[in-house]
Order: sequence, then structure tokens, then C-alpha cells
Amino acid sequence: MITVHNLTKTYGEQTVLNIDHLEIPKGQSFGLVGNNGAGKTTLFSLLLDLIQPSSGYIINKDVQVDQSEDWKPFTSAFIDETFLIGYLTPEEYFYFIGELRGRNKADVDALLSNFGDFFHGEILGQKKYLRDLSKGNQKKVGIVASFIGNPEVVILDEPFANLDPTTQIRLKGIIKDLAAKEGVTVLVSSHDLIHVTEVCERIVVLNKGEIVKDIHTSAETMKELEAFFAG
Amino acid sequence: MLKHFIGLQWKSFFRSATFKTEIWFKILMALGALYFIVVFLAMGVGAYFIIEDMEIGDPLRVVNQFMIYYLAFDLVFRYMLQKMPVTNIKPLLYLPINKNKVVNFSLGKTVISFFNIAHAFFFVPFSIVLLIQGYPPAQVIGWHLALMAIFYCNNFINVMVNNQNTVFYVLAVLFIVAGASQYYQWFDITAHTQPIFDFFYDIPWTAIIPWAVLVGLYYGAFAYFKKHMYLDGGLAKKQTEAKTENLEWLDRFGNLGTFLKNDIKLIKRNKRSRSAVIAGAFFIFYGLLFFTGALEVYDGPFWKIFAGIFVTGGFLFSFGQYVPSWDSSYYPLMMSQNIKYREYLSSKWYLVIIATIISTILATFYIYFGWEAYAAVLVGAIYNIGINSYLVLWGGAYVKTPIDLTSNKKAFGDKQAFNAKTLLLTLPKLVLPIGIYAIGHFLINPMAGYIFVAVFGILGFAFKNKVFTMIEGIYKKEKYKTLQAYKQK
Repeated sequence: MITVHNLTKTYGEQTVLNIDHLEIPKGQSFGLVGNNGAGKTTLFSLLLDLIQPSSGYIINKDVQVDQSEDWKPFTSAFIDETFLIGYLTPEEYFYFIGELRGRNKADVDALLSNFGDFFHGEILGQKKYLRDLSKGNQKKVGIVASFIGNPEVVILDEPFANLDPTTQIRLKGIIKDLAAKEGVTVLVSSHDLIHVTEVCERIVVLNKGEIVKDIHTSAETMKELEAFFAG
Repeated sequence: MLKHFIGLQWKSFFRSATFKTEIWFKILMALGALYFIVVFLAMGVGAYFIIEDMEIGDPLRVVNQFMIYYLAFDLVFRYMLQKMPVTNIKPLLYLPINKNKVVNFSLGKTVISFFNIAHAFFFVPFSIVLLIQGYPPAQVIGWHLALMAIFYCNNFINVMVNNQNTVFYVLAVLFIVAGASQYYQWFDITAHTQPIFDFFYDIPWTAIIPWAVLVGLYYGAFAYFKKHMYLDGGLAKKQTEAKTENLEWLDRFGNLGTFLKNDIKLIKRNKRSRSAVIAGAFFIFYGLLFFTGALEVYDGPFWKIFAGIFVTGGFLFSFGQYVPSWDSSYYPLMMSQNIKYREYLSSKWYLVIIATIISTILATFYIYFGWEAYAAVLVGAIYNIGINSYLVLWGGAYVKTPIDLTSNKKAFGDKQAFNAKTLLLTLPKLVLPIGIYAIGHFLINPMAGYIFVAVFGILGFAFKNKVFTMIEGIYKKEKYKTLQAYKQK
């Protein structure tokens, strides 16, 4: 689904990302871990063409992302609060995203009805604008919005941070289902090793912009990761 | 401590992301300020003699008579333009700095604002002329000091009412009513306020009174600031009850409708954009200065075109100018969503066009001043639609100032909604049509001048697709830089 070729990103002298080759097959749940500054968000930003690669390129389902915009219809993401429109209510925001992705109100409502549990009654019909929701609730909105319109690739940066434990557990279920049942390629980054090992079938460790581990998740993965990060 | 504060200010200015464009603006703004200084100085020196020539009474008394309006306009200008004292208060809250010091510094900063000093350029020469003309020095000085205190009172009143739109609008309406009733001679407010200002002249030691009021207001502002220096007080975000709106009637426009819906909500629900639109609406009346012959300097033929462009282009200048910055807080979303740049730009373009047409219809009352006046308005509208609408979008690609829609986010909010920079950017959009008009006016006749400008506008309109492709290219090229700049708040 996604292929990365000789991708580098440098700022001045400093190379923040340097990936020779990386292939993510369709329907994989892909986890990205690494310390601060390892290049996780840089990689995701490059995938979304929010920054330009210094060299190399990314192919997302036959589309080179920095050349054509044709990857947009089947790719969705939630990186941070800059993906939310603060002056809309959650409903309006969902409908807005829906319209951009060719889904009418009924379609969006049908999708949202699956997330009643996840929202925990704190999102819909609250008479609040997104900017007035708490960080955690904002995150829930952004994550669910990225599921609208049956995307084939979903990119979530740190989806577990700021969420309460109940929601974290529910989110893990949702992500697993997406990849396993619907064949969606899910890319997740996290600082929380436990969550990632539970959710993702493959884990890539970035360190100073380079891939240092590429693991197919198994019972030993957690130990392996802990050993690595303990240094 | 003061040294630290000044250091922080210095750094925030020189290290801001948009410094490069800012410095040019700063230079231009300095030139603008210089212009006003010269105008004020000339008025200060000349006012006495002009009033004397008009033979409507003792110049000092006449100035006193209209002082109340002068003060009212001062307050309005301050409210719209003067930035509030924001020194990134939040990070200082938990540091071992005395709160009083933070507040004192913030307030003290407003004292040296241009809005206070500008008046000196009128009143100092005016007072000197009075002295030369043989007015008793003690009395003139008393009067002068009293007025000085009153202007500073305005300064602190503005600080306190800045977040209270209702107070402002009530005051604004009161003064408009007062002005209108004076004009139609129902009720003359100046008859009641003139004695107050005369009083400071007649009994100079009473100048102490406004100074006492000033001290009171300072402490009022001080207490107000200090009281609100809590995260859940003045530093908190205001929450308004949200209402979901569907605006389904816009659905028939397809993707364009989706964006238009969003833009309407953007304007309605954000303080910043609302003020921009209101400021734009006021431009409709700007033409009155030209067509009524109220100001002699504006009687030249080109000024009519100038007026026509401003009357119909208020929204274009106040809102259009800042595309795409209105979407700065969620630009990454717009850039990674399933959106074509062209659609995004078209929706903004249509918004500007619709607003221009509405302004043109509202401005029909200019027919009262003759066909030529309304012709200028119409021609201005055509030019705005055909040329200026592209120019603002084009210029927008380079304006990389992120806009904080909920200016409450910054402590006590700063009113950048309608600032001097925006006005400066509009100049190139005005000089060109005036030039085109001048060619027609001088080579053939005024009518030809109007036709020339209109033809230019229509030509621009006809090339819409071509121009859009070009602008789209520029936006794409600037995309990464823009994203980067919007990150820095």
C-alpha cells in the first residue's frame, strides 16, 4: 500500500529522517515507536505532504504524494488539534469531513452510531464548540472523523495520549477491527509500548531518524522493545 | 525586573516567525505615522487661524465645544486599533514575580502608545499658538494639562472595556444619536459638554480633577487586570453555547457550498472575523466624505474612483485580505483532506464577490449625489470583482500571519481585527484603477475614464480560469512555507 524510497528530511545540517526503504502492505496495522525527536511525526507529515522531503519520495497506492493530490480521497489522518476546526460543533465537523469525502448526513450519522460507547455521551449534542472541549474529547472527535468515508489508509499520531483508560481500551479494539476486518492500513505512533504491542501486528522503531528495528509482533516483542529503550 | 520584561518584549518582536515581512510593514507603518504627525502638527498650528477666519467664535471655545466628539472618536479608534497590553502573562503566573509588577508593566506599556502621543502633536502647537496670541499662560496650561489627563483616561477606559463589546456598542450608538440630533438641531450635546472644558480654562487649578480621575482609572484598570489574572478569570477562554446549524440551502452548490457553509460559520462564530466584517461594512459610508464635498481635498476627479472602490470593497479589504490566514488554525487539515486547492480558493472568491455585490446594492443611496457618484460606485464594484478579488487572493498567499480566531486565547485579547497593516496592503489595489481612470479622463473625458476602469474589470473577470490557475500554482508553491509559518503562534 505504502512504499518509502530513499526518504530523507534535513533541516540545515541536521538529518531528522533517513529511511532507505519501507514497505507497508495493505491491511496492516503498523506501529511506530521512538523517543522524542526520533522522526515519527516527521514521517507522518511527509506521508500527508505537509512537509517536503529533502530527497526520495513516498508512494501511497501508486500515487507519489509530493507530486499528485490523488492520495487524498483514500487517506485520512489525525495528527494534532490543527486537524480540528475550533468554531464548529462536533456534529458540524463530522458532517463537514463527510461532505468532503462524499458522505451525506445519513451516512455520517450511521457511522457515528457505532461510536456511542467511545464518545461516552460527552461529544454529541453537548452544545459546545470543538475549541471548548477538553483535550481528550477533542482527540476522540479527531480520531473518529478520520474514519469517515471508508479511507484505505488511516494515520494516527499518538492516539492514546490524553485519553482516559476506558477510552484507550475501546480505541485499541477499534483499531484492531479496522485492520483485521475491513482491510484498512492503520499507521499508529505511540510512546506507550504496551498499547502498540497490543494493537499492531508490526512495530518499527525509529531512532534519530533511522529505522533500527522492524519487528513482527509476538509474545517476546514487549521484552525486546523494553530492552532497546532501557538502553 | 523591568529589564526582564523589556527583554522579553524585544525578543518576541525580533524572533517572531513573520519578522521578515513585519519589518517592511513596520517601516511603512512608521511612514504612515509620520504622515499623521505632520497632518496633526499642521492642524494644531492652523486650527486657531482657520476657526478665527470662519468667525464662529473664540477658537478655544469652539475647540472646547467639539471636544466631546473628538474624545468619542478617539475612543472608537482606540477600541478598534489599539492593541491591548499583552505580555505573555500566562507563563509568568507561577514564577516568583510580584503580580503587581506584571500588571504595572502591562499597563505602563500602554502609556507610551502612539494613540496617546498623537494628540500631543495637535494640542501642543495649538496651546503654543494660544500663548502667542496672548491668552493667559496659567489658564492655557491648566486647560492643556486637563485635556492631557482626559486622553489618558480614555486610554485606561479602553483597557477596561476592551473585552466588552456591548459597552462599546452602547457608547457608539449613543454618540451617533448625539451627532445626528446635533446635525438636525434637535438636541445639542455640545452645549452641555462645552462648559466642562471651558471650566478647566476659566479656573485652571481644576485641572487636578481629571488627573484625580485618571489616577482612579489607573487603579481601576490595575485592579481589573489583577483580579482577572487567573486561568479561570480573564485568562480563560470564553465559552459560548454552541448551536448546530446545517445551512442546508447551501447544499445545492455542491463542494462550493460545503466551504461557504464553513466560511459563514467562521464569520459568525469568531470575534476576530466578526469585527473584520463589521469594519468592512463601515466602508460603505466612506464615500460620503467624497461625494458630499465634505472635504475639499477630496474634490479631485480621481477621488471618485478611489471612493467607489472603497465603498464596495470593504469586505474585500477587511476579510479577503487575510485569506488563507482565517483557516490558519486548521490549515494542516485543509491540506490533507480531500480538497482541491481550486475549490478552496473559489469558495473564498465567491464569498468576496457576493459581499461586493451586496455592498453595491446597499450603496444605491449614492444616487442621491448624482449619477456620477453611483457610476463611480458601480465601476468600483466591477473593478473589485474583476481585478481586486484576484489581487487579494494572490497577496494572501504571501501573508503568512496566523490568525487567532478566538483572540480571547491571548490574555485579555488583542484587537488585531482591524489593524493598520491591512490598510497598507490595500494601496497597490487603489493606485492602478486611479491611473487607468486618469488616462481616460485626460485623453477623452470623465465618462471614458469610468469606461476604461470598467473594461479592465470585465477583462479580468473574463480571464478568471487563467488567473485562478496561476494563483493556484502560487498557493501550491507556498504551501509548505505557509504550513510552517502557521505553526508558530
